[in-house]
Amino acid sequence: MQRDHIWWQTARVVVLGGFLAFAIFPLYWIVITSLKGQKEIFSLPIRYWPDEVTLLNYVEIFRISHFQVYIWNSFLVSLFASALVVAIAMLGGYVLARFSFRGKREVMFGFLVTQMIPIFIGMAPLYVMMSKMHILNSLFSLILIYTVMLIPFCTIIMSGFFQRIPNALEEAAMMDGCSRISALFRVIVPIMLPGIAATFIFAFVQCWNELIMAVLFIDEESVKTIPVAMNAFIKKYDIEWGAMSAATVLSVIPTMLLFAFCQKYLVEGLTQGAVKG
Amino acid sequence: MQTEKPIVVAKEPFVSPPKKPFRLSREGAFICLCLLPAVLFVGIFTYYPLLRGIIMSFQNYTLFNLLDVRFIGLDNFFAVLTSPEFPRVALNSFYWVAVSLFFQLLLGFALALFMRRRFRGRGIYQAFVFFPWAMSGFLIGLIWRWMFNAQFGVINDLLVKSGLIAAPIPFLADGKWALAAVIIANIWYGVAFFAIMILAALQSIPEELYEAAAMDGAGRIQQFWSVTLPYILPTMLVTILLRVIWILNFPDIIYAMTNGGPAGSTHIFATYMIDKVIFGQDYGQASAVGVIIVLLLLVFTVFYVKATRMEKGGDF
Repeated sequence: MQRDHIWWQTARVVVLGGFLAFAIFPLYWIVITSLKGQKEIFSLPIRYWPDEVTLLNYVEIFRISHFQVYIWNSFLVSLFASALVVAIAMLGGYVLARFSFRGKREVMFGFLVTQMIPIFIGMAPLYVMMSKMHILNSLFSLILIYTVMLIPFCTIIMSGFFQRIPNALEEAAMMDGCSRISALFRVIVPIMLPGIAATFIFAFVQCWNELIMAVLFIDEESVKTIPVAMNAFIKKYDIEWGAMSAATVLSVIPTMLLFAFCQKYLVEGLTQGAVKG
Repeated sequence: MQTEKPIVVAKEPFVSPPKKPFRLSREGAFICLCLLPAVLFVGIFTYYPLLRGIIMSFQNYTLFNLLDVRFIGLDNFFAVLTSPEFPRVALNSFYWVAVSLFFQLLLGFALALFMRRRFRGRGIYQAFVFFPWAMSGFLIGLIWRWMFNAQFGVINDLLVKSGLIAAPIPFLADGKWALAAVIIANIWYGVAFFAIMILAALQSIPEELYEAAAMDGAGRIQQFWSVTLPYILPTMLVTILLRVIWILNFPDIIYAMTNGGPAGSTHIFATYMIDKVIFGQDYGQASAVGVIIVLLLLVFTVFYVKATRMEKGGDF
C-alpha cells in the first residue's frame, strides 16, 4: 500500500465533499422550498433556511388534487408490473443461463436490440394498439407496457444471477427426486432471493418514475399516476411551487427508501454484467 | 378506421424455437414454456410497434384524417427534414448528447477515482452521491426548473451573490441559455451512472499491477496512464456507447423543464417526436422522426465500433 501525501488527502476530501454538495443541493433545495410558507417562497432575498417551518404545502397538495389517488395508482402499477417482470424474467433468465438451445443467440440479441432502440420510437403505433384494445386510460395499459419495457433488461440480469449459482445444486436436488421446476423453486430461488429482490426494486423504481408512456396513455383523473398528475399541474397555469415541491418530496421518498435499503446490492448486481462484458 | 391484420407473432425474427426436426423433448418443452412469456410480450409490444412505426413513417397517418391512410413514399421524411425547425433540433440533439456526455464522463470518472480507496462512511457517501441516478427525469427537470427560476431561483441568487453575474438571468425563458440549463440538469443526473460503472471497473484492477508499476518506479500519474486507464478502457468504451444511445433518447428532463421551449430552442429529436405525437397528432411524421433517430444511432454505432476497434477487444 502506498502512503498518501498530505496534499493528496486534502484534495481528496475537497473533491469528495464537492461532489456530495453537488449531488445533495437540489434535493436540499426542494425540501426547503416545500417547508416554506407560500409568501416566503416568493419573497426576496431568498432564504436558505425557512423562517418558519410549515407543512401547509403538504396539506395544500392533497386539497387541490387527489394526490392520495395518484400515489395509490402509481403504487398499484409499479407493484403489479414489477411482480410480473420478475416472474417472467426469472423463468426466461433461468432457461437462458442453464440450457444451450437453438435460437438462444437470437433471443439474447432480440433482447439486447430493445435496449438500443427505445420503445417510444414505436409510440404512435403503440397508442393505436392500446386504443384498439380499449385499454387507454386504464392502469392495465401501464402495467402492460412497463412489464414489456423491463423484461429484456431484467431477464438478462436474472440470467447473470443464475449463472453465478453452480449447476450442481439443482442436479443434486433432481437426483433426490425433485423435478426441475421444484428444484428451481426449492433450491435455487431461496439462494437468489437478494438478487430477485434487487431486480424487483429496480423494476419498481423504473415504473414509479416513468413519465412518457403514462402521459401518452392516461388523461382521466381517476387513473392518473403521480408523474401524469404533476405534469398536468405544471402545464396548466402558473406553477404553485410550494405544492409542487411538496409533491416532489412525497414522490421521491419511496424511491429514496428503496434505494437506501438496497443501493449497495443494486449497484453490484447491475454492474456485474457490464464490467465482465 | 383501417382494419389491421391480426398480430402475427411468428413474424418476429427470433420467436420460433427449434424448427426442422420437430421433436419437442421434455427439455425443449420446458425451455419454450419458460421463454414464451418474455418473447411473446417483447415481440407483440416492442417489435410489432417498431415495425409498424417504420411502415407508418411512409404513410399519410394523421389523427384528423384516419379515413385517408395511404402510402406516400418519402413525403414524411421530406417534410421533417425540410421543416424550418429541423436544423435546430438536430444541432440541439448533438449538443445535448455531446456536452452532457463529456461532463458526465469527466465528473463520473473523477468521482470514481476518488472513491476507489476505502474510507470511513463510504457506504453512506455512495448512497448519497449515487442517488440522482435513481430519480425520475421528470422530477429532476421539475427541481431544476425551480432552481433556474428567473426571479426566485437559487441559482440566480448564488450567481449574483458571488458576483459572477450582475442581474438575474431568465435562463429557461431565454433561447440562448435554456439549452445550457437543461444540459446542466442532465449532467447532474448522469454523473452517478458513469461513476458506478467506472468504480466497478476500477475495483476489479488487481492491486499487484500497481505494486509492480511502483516497483518499476512509476509515480502516481504514470500509474494512472500505464495501469488504470488501459485496464478500464473497455468498460468505458462500452459505457460511452450505451450512454450516447440512452441520452439521445431521454426526453424526460427537457419535457419537464422547458417542453422544448422557448420557441423550440430546446427541442431534441426525442421531445420533438413526442410533441408531434401528443400535440401535432401527425403519426406519420412522428414515426419518420423515430426512423431518423434509429438510422442515426445505427450509423453512429457502426462507426464507433469500427473506430474504437471494440469488436476486436471482444468486450462487447
